[in-house]
Amino acid sequence: MSATGIIETQTLEVSLGPQHPSTHGVFRMDVVLDGEYVVKLKPVMGYLHRNHEQIAEKIAWIANMPYTDRLDYFCSMTNNWAYALAVEKMAGLKVPERAEYIRVIMAELTRLLNHSCAIGFLLSDCGAWFTPVLYALRERERILDFFETVSGARMMCNYMRFGGVRVDLDDQSLAMARDIVARWPAFLDEFEKLMTENEVLIARTQRVGILPRELAINASITGPMARASGVEYDIRKVDKYGVYDRFDFRVPVGEAGDTFDRYMIRILEMREAVKILEQALRDIPAGPFIAPEAKLRNFKVPAGDGYGRIEAPKGELGFYLVSEGGAKPYRYHVRPPSFINLTILEDMCLGQKVADTVIILGSVDIVLGEVDR
Amino acid sequence: MSNLLGKGLIDGLVVTAKNFVGSYFDGNRKDRLFTYQYPEERMKLPENSRTFPFLVYDGTPDQLRCTACKICETECPPQCIYIVMERDANGKPLQRPRVFDIDISVCMQCGICAEVCPFNAIKMDCDFERSKHGRFEDLLVHLPELLKSNEYYHQIKSAEATRVDATRKPTKKPAAGTKPEKI
Repeated sequence: MSATGIIETQTLEVSLGPQHPSTHGVFRMDVVLDGEYVVKLKPVMGYLHRNHEQIAEKIAWIANMPYTDRLDYFCSMTNNWAYALAVEKMAGLKVPERAEYIRVIMAELTRLLNHSCAIGFLLSDCGAWFTPVLYALRERERILDFFETVSGARMMCNYMRFGGVRVDLDDQSLAMARDIVARWPAFLDEFEKLMTENEVLIARTQRVGILPRELAINASITGPMARASGVEYDIRKVDKYGVYDRFDFRVPVGEAGDTFDRYMIRILEMREAVKILEQALRDIPAGPFIAPEAKLRNFKVPAGDGYGRIEAPKGELGFYLVSEGGAKPYRYHVRPPSFINLTILEDMCLGQKVADTVIILGSVDIVLGEVDR
Repeated sequence: MSNLLGKGLIDGLVVTAKNFVGSYFDGNRKDRLFTYQYPEERMKLPENSRTFPFLVYDGTPDQLRCTACKICETECPPQCIYIVMERDANGKPLQRPRVFDIDISVCMQCGICAEVCPFNAIKMDCDFERSKHGRFEDLLVHLPELLKSNEYYHQIKSAEATRVDATRKPTKKPAAGTKPEKI
């Protein structure tokens, strides 16, 4: 005790991660604590860096497709789509209508898969130790089985091709998809009954990790995080890529921008995704599933550059590509949503308790394969 | 939101209790228990499922479809295939591989080799039990281990194999100088 009678305290530096089970993957947060409150937080990335962009510049255009699966390994379908979209823009390939519908079906199923797991793991971080995750994984298993039936792999689908998709959906797999979609609202109702009104969850998440609207815009946050903060920005509505202009769906927008809103927005987005899926599975036309002029080998892209972006489940996923007219990209750049969304972590965590940083990180929904590339 | 404090908690517990009891008594309990008791009980993998490439032969193992054209070697994204063409005593190429190695530790099971092969010679297997004791030599799979018969291919992927058989020419191997089919 000092002469003035006030206890002198010191800040404490804690390294959360990279092996801590609550960090989602090999991600480290250097947290400076004053008592239990965070006064400084430094995200440390790069433990999973594997030279994705450099590898892509050394191999053929199509050979890079399986590598994009490994960016955000929960959502390989949307990664494929974003890359294919960028290349198709540059090469001027027209995608047949059936392929566009198949892509929408795959992307929305990926959204269901990703969001159910994201909120499951978020609740796991809150202390609902693994019960919600297992409910989510149980439903996710149906989608993974569907992906395996169609594309051959559960997670590393490698499904999209420039100008279409690799394998057509037959009647059997379409019935499988319809079955998944028909079951999903019941799962959401059960899940919401399980957790949404839970007093502990509300106490842990409401007014925790608030991301103000202006900050979200200035930091170019996208996806469910931005929408939870009240930014009405959805690339499916803004760009209308693919055939998204034909579907009737709404974009849920939150108000407070806290962790509870980010939880809730994902549940609402899943309900909207079910709507899109129902329409897509109803309207899917017959026809070719890949453009006739598309080819696998000796594929060359005219010189120039292009940027393809889609609304991945985590936010805006963009591929910026430069071609010299050759068989491989000259420059290949990924704009991963969870990396950009993670840059704001310190602003959300300052002044919060250390236990809340884990929840806030969980609500950002990161996948380290994408953050570090 | 409920007015009574703790109602949300109890509702959640009702859901878990329903699932717990239902896993024993429900008529559709397969919906709840989606797991398999692995070594005893094996899941039937779908036909499209892919794990690791193998080389198809018709009839006997020396009637290999592979002509050592090296298309898969160049197209393989992680570059895990290594091929050397067989040559006779005069150095004339014999259009079949002498060495065909795939590094299982590098292969990422993307299936691009099977897609680009113009001779339908390399296909993706469904076999997932491929763990080995050694870390280095054992993981380099050589030609004899890669060979699988067309009958095996029919066994694991009957629809695809029948489709392939229909498109293949009756000759076992294209004569020298013929161009591979366009993809």
